[in-house]
Amino acid sequence: MARLVFAFLSGGLFGAGLLVSGMTDTTRVQGWLDVFGDWDPTLAFVLGGAILPMAVAWQVAARRRTALLGSALPERPDPRLGHNLVLGSVLFGMGWGLAGLCPGPAMASLGWGGWGGVLFLAAMAAGMFLAPGVRARVDRLAAA
Amino acid sequence: MIATEWLWGFAGGLMIGLAAALFLLINGRIMGASGILGGLIDRTGWATAAERGAFVAGLALLPFLLVQTALPGADTRLTDNPAVIVAAGLLVGVGTRLANGCTSGHGVCGISRLSLRGIVATVFYLLAGGMAVLAFRHLLGVI
Repeated sequence: MARLVFAFLSGGLFGAGLLVSGMTDTTRVQGWLDVFGDWDPTLAFVLGGAILPMAVAWQVAARRRTALLGSALPERPDPRLGHNLVLGSVLFGMGWGLAGLCPGPAMASLGWGGWGGVLFLAAMAAGMFLAPGVRARVDRLAAA
Repeated sequence: MIATEWLWGFAGGLMIGLAAALFLLINGRIMGASGILGGLIDRTGWATAAERGAFVAGLALLPFLLVQTALPGADTRLTDNPAVIVAAGLLVGVGTRLANGCTSGHGVCGISRLSLRGIVATVFYLLAGGMAVLAFRHLLGVI
């Protein structure tokens, strides 16, 4: 039960931070990406602010065996880069630029995002559902 | 000159980073929005479904409560072009799952531990995002 409470609170604090920072406003995100137009540097302050506490948390985690609720801390993922990391990030970046939404803000703004927000979330969920099939095809092409 | 938006951005960023820190140190989980949701959708994270569901519920409910009370007037200002919305959503869904992460997982959690994967992913989605805005706003005029 404690796991669920703290998961709920972490998600809530994440969403509140996205709202306060302006990252649920798609024009602000697109303004950051619009280097050749009216550039908005806010996102750099958001990312910088977010990295600071998390960098401390990683230092604390390195000195611990388990998380406070007893489960193992996540292991470092396979450090290899690979084609899926690059291709996936390029596809994600294109969609991010097109709409100005990434997964976190898409979920956080669901309550006031109207039909467009619901449509985006449905399309994103469909993309996530299709992703394992896409990955299998990409891997076959890469191996050929 | 420091614009007020930048200070709000930094304050909100600290909240995002604190959320990620709590989720790591208390629950032992990486706070990656696409991974948490994607694991529910393709069922690879079915064993931790309740924890994922609780995170998503908090993520959607608490900001909504704030907008209803202390911080009214929020607006996503999302495009009203359904074709653009669907295309963007599909790209974000497929792309983040292929790359195993998005702005929160690779960006916030990855860069803060100096993960090469996180840094490379962030460079590529920033470049692609910049190119998309250049192409679809300034060259094609779609957005």
